[in-house]
Amino acid sequence: MSTVKLTIDGKVAEVSSELTVLQAARSIGIDIPALCYDETLEIFGACRMCIVEIEGSNKLQTSCSTLVKNGMIVHTETDRIKSTRKDIVQMLLDSHPNDCLTCQKSGECLLQDYAYRYDANFRNHHGAMRPQLMDTSSPYILRDNSKCILCGKCVLTCYQVSDRQVLSFSERGYDTKVVFGADQTIEESPCVSCNRCVAVCPVGALVDKRQLGKIRNWDGNTTVVMCKACEYGCEFEVYSRNKENIAVTAKAPSNGRPLCLKGRLATELKYLENPDKPYIKINERFEETTWDKALGITELIEKINRLEKDNKEEEE
Amino acid sequence: MMTKERMDSIKEVLKPKIVEKLIGEDKVELRGDEVVLKGEYYKKQVRIALKNCDIVDPTNIEEYIAFDGYYALYDSLTKKKPGDIVEEIKNSLLRGRGGAGFPTGRKWDEAYRYQADKKYIICNADEGDPGAFMDRSILEKDPHSVLEGMALGGYAIGSDQGYIYVRAEYPMAVKRLEIAIKQAREYGLLGENIFGTGFNFDIELRLGSGAFVCGEGTALMESIEGRRGMPRPKIHRTAHVGLWGKPTIINNVETLANVPVIINKGYEWFRGIGTEESPGTKVFALVGKVENAGLVEVPMGMTLREIIFDIGGGAQDGKEYKAVQTGGPSGGCIPADLIDTPVDFESLGKIWSIMGSGGMVVMDENTCMVDIAKFFLDFSVEESCGKCVPCREGTKRMYEILDRITKGEGVEGDIERLEELSETVSSASLCGLGQTAPNPVITTLKYYRHEYEDHIHNKSCPAKSCKPLIKYFIEDTCIGCTRCAKACPVSCISGKVKELHVIDQSMCIKCGACYDVCPVKPIKAVSII
Repeated sequence: MSTVKLTIDGKVAEVSSELTVLQAARSIGIDIPALCYDETLEIFGACRMCIVEIEGSNKLQTSCSTLVKNGMIVHTETDRIKSTRKDIVQMLLDSHPNDCLTCQKSGECLLQDYAYRYDANFRNHHGAMRPQLMDTSSPYILRDNSKCILCGKCVLTCYQVSDRQVLSFSERGYDTKVVFGADQTIEESPCVSCNRCVAVCPVGALVDKRQLGKIRNWDGNTTVVMCKACEYGCEFEVYSRNKENIAVTAKAPSNGRPLCLKGRLATELKYLENPDKPYIKINERFEETTWDKALGITELIEKINRLEKDNKEEEE
Repeated sequence: MMTKERMDSIKEVLKPKIVEKLIGEDKVELRGDEVVLKGEYYKKQVRIALKNCDIVDPTNIEEYIAFDGYYALYDSLTKKKPGDIVEEIKNSLLRGRGGAGFPTGRKWDEAYRYQADKKYIICNADEGDPGAFMDRSILEKDPHSVLEGMALGGYAIGSDQGYIYVRAEYPMAVKRLEIAIKQAREYGLLGENIFGTGFNFDIELRLGSGAFVCGEGTALMESIEGRRGMPRPKIHRTAHVGLWGKPTIINNVETLANVPVIINKGYEWFRGIGTEESPGTKVFALVGKVENAGLVEVPMGMTLREIIFDIGGGAQDGKEYKAVQTGGPSGGCIPADLIDTPVDFESLGKIWSIMGSGGMVVMDENTCMVDIAKFFLDFSVEESCGKCVPCREGTKRMYEILDRITKGEGVEGDIERLEELSETVSSASLCGLGQTAPNPVITTLKYYRHEYEDHIHNKSCPAKSCKPLIKYFIEDTCIGCTRCAKACPVSCISGKVKELHVIDQSMCIKCGACYDVCPVKPIKAVSII
């Protein structure tokens, strides 16, 4: 592995030749915007926000999919780039509902951040909007298609776990949408409610339904905790306000950590005073259940109870 | 196993028979020692990629062999090294005929030099431009030329596996290819140990499912790999990391059909045809409002005038020629005053159009250029894969503006908004489809801006084509023949025999039937205002 030297916005970066321009820039503290890039996912190249200008070429190039080269001179915020990024954000806003006031994602939404950064705003127009297809079938995930920017992160992260691969793209052009299973509701689809997709969604298209309406990102504190349900040790965020824990959400999966429903429920049970009732999917229907059943520990608890009872009897 | 002797004997026996039969049918004539199709339409044409079309029987491999087929493969496998083939194609300056015109030899060289345990060659037969049928004709009428071209490419880069990605909407092409591949295997021209040289090469078909974007190289590979046909970002060159991560070259049908002829006749011969920078010929599907529509193969550098007027016979029905659109949804409209432009990659690029894959749509005085731009944008909107933002969202907004303008609802600022969107979509889209989708708008704005302005400011369509902006009206030259009234499908024309007829504007659907049947000469009594 060799290293190369390149200049990004006047700063010199000495990085591995296997890095992309975006990775190199971030490594020296230059934040190139990107909606679809995630270092744990396959490079997708869909959002086009990470475009940069590289001297020697007239074309705008996506920094997520361009490898560094020795002597490269990169500019990441020229007027041309800024105006193109503004246009891209504007295009997304033109198809997006103007409901940041009530959106669960507000405050941690990348589209919102970039709209602010590039001064793009909602506007009235007579053209098409993404159709409203709200999927409320799951107690764990709320899907709002009208907010989807089709960055593909949810599809790619679901694809990484070989026995899941529930999400995919359907239709094409402006009608393109992300679907669960064979364009089913979350309930009917083989979705296992691991919330990987929710954790990577940059906007409010996929949100954690158990957090909905309770607390938003800026409205309290978050603590990162590690799940103890299995040896993977997936991370969760515990949201709290006034020292009361209010919600638990999955953090983006990394280093092969899969996330799962059982781990999430176990974490909720551990950290929340009054967790919502658990649900499990039985024959493509979500049904309310008991905590021991949801965590699959009914037999263990029975056994523990029996042993403790036996012990007590022996002592007596 | 196939041998040179066997090929010679097939040729010796069969060729005279075929020629005799075709001459008997008055279909062909001899040009030097070449057998060419007979007729005025073919006089100015030079056929390389189409040389066997309508001459050999595409379902009989022996007829292809009789016309020098598989000799280039034999010579290459027995006398030349792979590097020699790469050099020959590089020296020929053959450029990809699928649209972008990338030098074929350079592509092959990249894959040839890259070491890998497996390499692939793909024939891109996902022809999808509206009105284009160049590749289809070659596949249906001379499939072996493509198979031989692929085998030569395979030998050159060190690949033993080829794929032909052909659209399922071409059932005849698929059938002919299946027959051709089967016969080539039977004759030992595909498969293992071809000509006893130890070279193995086989070809499989992959059928597309109707997505235009799958003609884009990376989307095509995604599709072959069994994924959704969406372009992927080009982090590495396809010639290094392509299909299933292996070095891959993708060539268009027509490009591959040129290869055996170049190998047979040498690069000097090839460079003697066409222009210095774009040697050889190009096949065009000459369509639209042209008198003689059809496939033409002409040397590069021939002017649009020669193609459209000398071969095509000019605009239909004596109407005035207005423009020609080249390059399909990625191309541009070339106005009448540029008719003497030579057709080659550089010259068309200079006037904001592209060579493209070979669609050539002729337009007459009644073609509205805003409507044409809308037509192609509609196509791009429909065929966008939906992956990247500029193409998915931007083309949709451009279409919406164009649709408004053609309905007489255009507003101040629409042209500027179109220009801004064009810039963003073409500079920021992921693949060629998106990057070139605004071209029909850019060129019509460049050459026919006044038509846009007329639509927006005066609410009128100069070509009298946009229905919401025109009215049919009967002048007092009407002879009262009643033909228009009889032809009107909504019965909105009233009037007695030999008296002036009147159109009820509130009911008129602007179908133009009255205009078509009006017999008054020299100027029709039905006018369009």
